[in-house]
Amino acid sequence: MTMTLALDFAPPGKRVRQESSRDDRIKLGFMAVIGLYLIIALGAPLAVMLSKSLSTYRFDLAAFEFQVSDETGANWGPVVTAEALNQQLGAITDEELDSSSDGRLAATKFFPDFSFRSPVQYRIRGTSADTAFLAGSTLEKGTEWREYDSGTFRRVVLRPASSLGLENFKTYFSTPALARSIYNSVLMAAISTVVTISIAFALAYGLTRSCMPLKGLFRGILTIPILVPSLLPGIALVYLFGNQGVFKDWLMGYSIYGPIGIVIGSVFFTLPHAFLIILTALSVADARHYEAAASLKASKWRTFTTVTVPGARYGLVSAAFVVFTLVITDFGLPKVIGGQYGMLAVDIYKQVIGQQNFEMGAVVSVILLVPAILAFAVDRRMQKRQVALLSARAVPYSPKPNARLDAICFAFACLVSLFILGMIAMCQIAALVKFWPYDLTLTTKNFAFDLMDGGGWAAYGNSIQLALLTALFGSLVVFAGAYMVEKADGFRLGRGIFHFLAMMPMAVPGMVLGLAYIFFFNNPANPLNAIYGTMTILVVSTVTHFYTVAHLTALTALKQMDPEFESVAASLKQPFHRLFFRVTVPVCLPAILNIAIYLFVNAMTTVSAVVFLYATDTKLASVAVLNMDDAGDIAPAAAMGMMIFYTNVAAKLIHALIARGLLARTQAWR
Amino acid sequence: MNRRMLFLLAGAMSAVFPTIAFAQSELTVYTAVEAVDLDRYKATFEKAHPDITINWVRDSTGVMTAKLLAEKDNPQADVVWGLAATSLLLLKTEGMLEGYAPKGVEALDKKFVDKDNPPSWVGMDAYVAALCYNTVEGEKLGLKAPTSWEDLTKPEYKGHIVMPNPASSGTGFLDVSGWVQMWGEEKAWSFMDKLHENISAYTHSGSKPCKMAGAGEAVIGVSFEFPGAKAKSAGAPIDIIFPSEGSGWEAEATAIIAGTANLEAAKTLVDWSVTKEANEMYNVGYAVVAYPGVAKAVEHLPSDIASKMIENDFEWAANNRATILKEWQKRYDAKSEPKS
Repeated sequence: MTMTLALDFAPPGKRVRQESSRDDRIKLGFMAVIGLYLIIALGAPLAVMLSKSLSTYRFDLAAFEFQVSDETGANWGPVVTAEALNQQLGAITDEELDSSSDGRLAATKFFPDFSFRSPVQYRIRGTSADTAFLAGSTLEKGTEWREYDSGTFRRVVLRPASSLGLENFKTYFSTPALARSIYNSVLMAAISTVVTISIAFALAYGLTRSCMPLKGLFRGILTIPILVPSLLPGIALVYLFGNQGVFKDWLMGYSIYGPIGIVIGSVFFTLPHAFLIILTALSVADARHYEAAASLKASKWRTFTTVTVPGARYGLVSAAFVVFTLVITDFGLPKVIGGQYGMLAVDIYKQVIGQQNFEMGAVVSVILLVPAILAFAVDRRMQKRQVALLSARAVPYSPKPNARLDAICFAFACLVSLFILGMIAMCQIAALVKFWPYDLTLTTKNFAFDLMDGGGWAAYGNSIQLALLTALFGSLVVFAGAYMVEKADGFRLGRGIFHFLAMMPMAVPGMVLGLAYIFFFNNPANPLNAIYGTMTILVVSTVTHFYTVAHLTALTALKQMDPEFESVAASLKQPFHRLFFRVTVPVCLPAILNIAIYLFVNAMTTVSAVVFLYATDTKLASVAVLNMDDAGDIAPAAAMGMMIFYTNVAAKLIHALIARGLLARTQAWR
Repeated sequence: MNRRMLFLLAGAMSAVFPTIAFAQSELTVYTAVEAVDLDRYKATFEKAHPDITINWVRDSTGVMTAKLLAEKDNPQADVVWGLAATSLLLLKTEGMLEGYAPKGVEALDKKFVDKDNPPSWVGMDAYVAALCYNTVEGEKLGLKAPTSWEDLTKPEYKGHIVMPNPASSGTGFLDVSGWVQMWGEEKAWSFMDKLHENISAYTHSGSKPCKMAGAGEAVIGVSFEFPGAKAKSAGAPIDIIFPSEGSGWEAEATAIIAGTANLEAAKTLVDWSVTKEANEMYNVGYAVVAYPGVAKAVEHLPSDIASKMIENDFEWAANNRATILKEWQKRYDAKSEPKS
């Protein structure tokens, strides 16, 4: 309290330009370092990926030349290009010339009287060094003539040449099933967002504005979904509502495989994300606003709509975009429970993993970036209107008991907790039974991971190492970065770009990020090539993958600090680092600890990006869950998933202890 | 210790170490072989060749193939041991494989060896398309077990069959390419049109349908024999059925990645991978192996699986994959939305 009082003397709202140019230089240097990090860890790999979406493949008929012998095989006819032959024959339409990286075109198509038992000999060559064709399955390139008997020539296929263009996008939008995925994805994401945000807001409201009992317990339960790998809700939903499900009848004949499963699962796994952001936004309320509302005799509803909601507006919008992009980019859940319901992220999986068509996968990724760019634009607009809530004169709000409101809030929190705990309980049962649903004897055999797929207990150790490193480096980088965006003066453009980069990871499906990392880092020309296949690349990719939410958390915390702190520090001629370490860091310590734990638990559970990046000695527990599930070992998969869950719970408890100890010392003013 | 001593020491070390490095080489081996088998494969090989250490990188076929192709410009693997032949063919057409005829390759069944000389890949074993039929659920619904592919189009199975999506699973593609090779385009597509009416879901993994049948989520899973045998051992009430018309199949195979720094060790591994001993090792899980006369019956599987395998032209399948998948997606993806 003493601090805020002292600051009351500063002229309100006005920013005093910092005089110290040394300060500016340090800040600039800081920003450059962290900006560089984001560019290398995100910008450059994505640029490589984007260029993939523009690389198109088309058969260049003018690049192939043929020569055909007569029946004796000794006398050769004139040299003709495939293009000339096609003009005569019209064998291949212009449309058919558009192809993919794996495109093949049989050379015999240009020779209508081809017979593979004839003694005729064939020659083929390219007109440039890059021209490629296959004889059988052997790759041939270049301008040298190659001669084949008719039996072998039957097996000659031409390969397309690559160039740049927008054809991939054209192909995408003209394929009805693929374009339909856009509609499906947006619909699912929109429904899930509305449901999740409503639930999360109601819960956060209950926790901050009512006097319901057991707040701490509910807060704990509500973060549970974030502690389990995303595959677990899929397994739980199948066991609960699948064809053999315990509560199958609740769905009244509808199948869990499809939109219903996607929405329920999405709400489950996005709820903590939304809840945490909205809780942060609601937890800093200025009691004076409520006092004002009360003295103006505003109704409860009016107070709610004019004080509570606007105060949390920034958090609500952030949360909505986080949920929307999480749902639209997640592939794990729709893959397990989505049935036939086509979604964009699953399309990427089909293109990249199923057909190794990286270009098409990149196209879908680019489309998925659209929500992120939208989110960025809206976020910018909102930010301009956001007023610092925790002004230097704020008085913390504390709710007064209200029997009816408290009861309603309590009942609702119980209901949501029941849903979450039910899902987890189902996973726990899945991890312990012998063979669902036919042999329900209990066993601990499912925890003998060394006998299964995925790297056994060593993978579990690796995961913990990854999580610790990610939490440590991630919270440092993220908080410093957010501070530069929010509190630094000047470099508007640099800060804008930085913030834009920080918003991107959210919208980049992990799979896309992982592949982009392969293309970017596993390039012998890249000086950073050495980190490929190491723990470092796993840490970098994980920090980057979860950057946005961490960044938003830091930003929300920083935004709630009055800019007057900076002005006062400047007018007192204090260097920024003193303010940073003496005021900003202590005030934001809860947020920093939250970022660290957020990164820790996500590093434990993440799959999509790291699945492409782990190497022999960096196998991960979360990947093991996926692999065991794929191999049909559902019970061990659930068991490993539960191990991750226990670890995250333990981490959470340690976090809570540390936080309590530190907060007692630094947050007394709250 | 002064600086000079250090230099001397370093010199002495470098004189000693190359021989050690030569004696003990490490191979990075990419594989999609079931993880249960990996330690056994590694131990058996390293017993025969104690001077070579295997470092596995394992994932599903699709992920491994995508990873290998993505690493094309700077390959990380020395050897691929245990990946679908179709995937290896894809790598071969990109010029990523080193042709090498392992010692003793003549002994292998010809259909398990790449047709070129020297071959770019040599097979280990085969997985064969099969149906997993849940007897408990089938009885509840009063169904009879199917015996042929044609049976699957019967109306009583409507909504009870799952199969892998050929656009996302190699197993799915081997089913479809098997039908097209067996029956020709016209009959195959008309069969799939009717089959599509009965399918409740197309999955993204090839073993999943069998798994779903095993857990009663579906009655019939179109999958392959390996996960079937495995689910049955785990206690799933399923029968593994090989359709009477014959089955598409895929070979698991070995290849050397072109440009590997450990060519000699890689050759040693591939030489060993075609030996009788190695094939006996594959036979523990796989009923059909590349070395004739080695295979013994595997638990839960019939002994005559090899006779169910159709003539599979890998090259044809690779060359026609894009066309087949395009047609498949046109026919079934757009209308594969749930009816509810």
